[in-house]
Amino acid sequence: MKNFFKSLLHISFVFVLSCNSMAAEKVEYLKTDWSFKGLFGKFDRGALQRGYQVYSEVCSSCHSMKYVSYRNLAEKGGPEFSLDQAKAIAASFEVTDGPNADGEMFTRPGKLSDKFVMPYENEKAAQAANGGAYPPDMSVLVKARGGGANYIYSLLQGYEDPPLGMTLDEGVYYNKYMYGNKIKMSNQLSDGLVEYSDGTEATVEQMSKDITTFLMWTAEPHLEARHRMGFKAIVYLIILTVLVYFSMKKIWSRIETEV
Amino acid sequence: MSDHEYTPQSKAGKWFNDRLPLLTLANHLTDYPTPKNLNYWWTFGGILTFCLITQIVTGLTLAMHYIAHADMAFESVEHIMRDVNYGWLIRYIHANGASMFFLAVYIHIFRSLFYGSYKAPREIIWIIGIIIYLLMMAAAFMGYVLPWGQMSFWGATVITNLFSAIPFVGEGIVTWLWGGYSVDNPTLTRFFTLHYLIPFLILGLVVLHIWALHVPGNNNPVGIDIQKPSKDTVPFHPYIVIKDGFALLMFMIVFAFFVFYTPNILGHADNYIEANPMVTPAHIVPEWYLLPFYAILRSVPDKLLGVIAMLSAIFILAALPWLDTSKIRSAVFRPLYKQFYWILVADVLILGYVGAMPAEGLYLLIARVATAYYFIHFLVILPVLGFKEKTLPVPLSITEPVLGGSPNLAMAKNKESLTK
Repeated sequence: MKNFFKSLLHISFVFVLSCNSMAAEKVEYLKTDWSFKGLFGKFDRGALQRGYQVYSEVCSSCHSMKYVSYRNLAEKGGPEFSLDQAKAIAASFEVTDGPNADGEMFTRPGKLSDKFVMPYENEKAAQAANGGAYPPDMSVLVKARGGGANYIYSLLQGYEDPPLGMTLDEGVYYNKYMYGNKIKMSNQLSDGLVEYSDGTEATVEQMSKDITTFLMWTAEPHLEARHRMGFKAIVYLIILTVLVYFSMKKIWSRIETEV
Repeated sequence: MSDHEYTPQSKAGKWFNDRLPLLTLANHLTDYPTPKNLNYWWTFGGILTFCLITQIVTGLTLAMHYIAHADMAFESVEHIMRDVNYGWLIRYIHANGASMFFLAVYIHIFRSLFYGSYKAPREIIWIIGIIIYLLMMAAAFMGYVLPWGQMSFWGATVITNLFSAIPFVGEGIVTWLWGGYSVDNPTLTRFFTLHYLIPFLILGLVVLHIWALHVPGNNNPVGIDIQKPSKDTVPFHPYIVIKDGFALLMFMIVFAFFVFYTPNILGHADNYIEANPMVTPAHIVPEWYLLPFYAILRSVPDKLLGVIAMLSAIFILAALPWLDTSKIRSAVFRPLYKQFYWILVADVLILGYVGAMPAEGLYLLIARVATAYYFIHFLVILPVLGFKEKTLPVPLSITEPVLGGSPNLAMAKNKESLTK
């Protein structure tokens, strides 16, 4: 009887699991070995710097990154540009500041403390310039999509001709990894689009990997510190648990003999 | 219980204790006689206390940096994640802490169901526990709204809209809850206020929960009353303290793994998109710990009846001490109840699963069957089982199981398999 119910429980689980695979005809995302995965995962500094280059030369013409500051570029655990490089990057942007003593807004070169300058004044302006579609802010984009880094990486390489019989409206493109397969961003990457200063060949795959690594960092700027601390915390907890286990055995041994 | 008079050793201690018997209380807590046969399922009470304290401490810290305003909430959370020193750590502990809290409370509740801890004379402990559970759900739901992401906004819209099912006054109540004609800034600020308040209400109820526990004392795996305190029990300190501590550390390892290595796996990706009243997410799903109730809600075609079913599913638990007619507490000695218990566990897990799936086709059918079974378990099976079930012989005391001899539970278990 007991076995019967155990198998019933088992069957219900298998049933539920199979429903899962039935319902979701998910496309398999492309995978690559991310340096930031795993217990000791760290960002690949080179990939972050190249990723920033792709962002600034390609993505940033439409996508904002409003929660990231120029100073972050020089911080530990990030692309780790030198302070002078970060200052130079910041200074290459015009920032609107003010009002000044005369009540006027003015522009000045960017400083380390400024947030990344946005490509459009506001969301409406961004929509107007992009056929009604708002290019999402990229600060936390990797965390805001179900498939995470693999999804972004795949999407950038997922542009294909639409299947026969599918007609696409003006300004809509086919992407096999996009939810519903229709995306309003055209294919942005092509081989050799940017020229990497470190000599890495700028293939579409390479650029996709670099920009995704960069976006992972902007979404989780403290990932490296988190992994480091996590390892220490868990090792500490395990040692303490073992010690407490033996103390417990010792204390409880008083009772066993008494009974 | 330890009713022996306690007199502090020092003169100052005695002077103080005569005016406020805090030392007597401390002495009671240390000496509190606890059944010596408690297993690890009994350590979750302590773990839950730890969870509550963790949530309160991290929550207070977050509240120092968070801004409860529709235009600034999302940004302030990003500020915490990026610029506040160890803000990411505090927020991830708080967010995952909520899940850990529910994980622990579900184990705690199902332990109580298995060993019949809700039965006389522990009904009040149980009912206070149900109220705590309700408040936890309210706190967790409102907490999820605070980051003002897409799931925050739409989850709040869906849940508050449930009140519109109330006949005649429903719409008015919803407007009153919102503080406007949609979920907006007034909703956010009041949710923040309540989210801040509720943990302290829970803290107060936890004190009552423990107080009520210390009147009859703990239930135990064999589910019989303590016969000889000197033989059947151990003082709470150091025996239970060290055991609870050990279990808590194991729990903290799991907790730490979530916080440091998969901090976002229990949340929904859409909540990293800032709330937008113009864009509805494809699937609005609550946090995992609310999914079984969400499934019950959606399995009923009528909105009002769905809300009633969902609320009944929770409140039916409060009536459990009277629905379960069996005099035997522990499922160890109730062969049939034990099987129905595991079916209920599977039923709740299935409800949780379909709650996460779209309410259509096969999922809806499964949800309906599982919902019906949930109520049948409490309203039909449990009352009938108490009269029909042939229970196994119960030991005379914790230390002297049925045939005397070995004090451990294995004896009782062997006995059970022999009777098959």
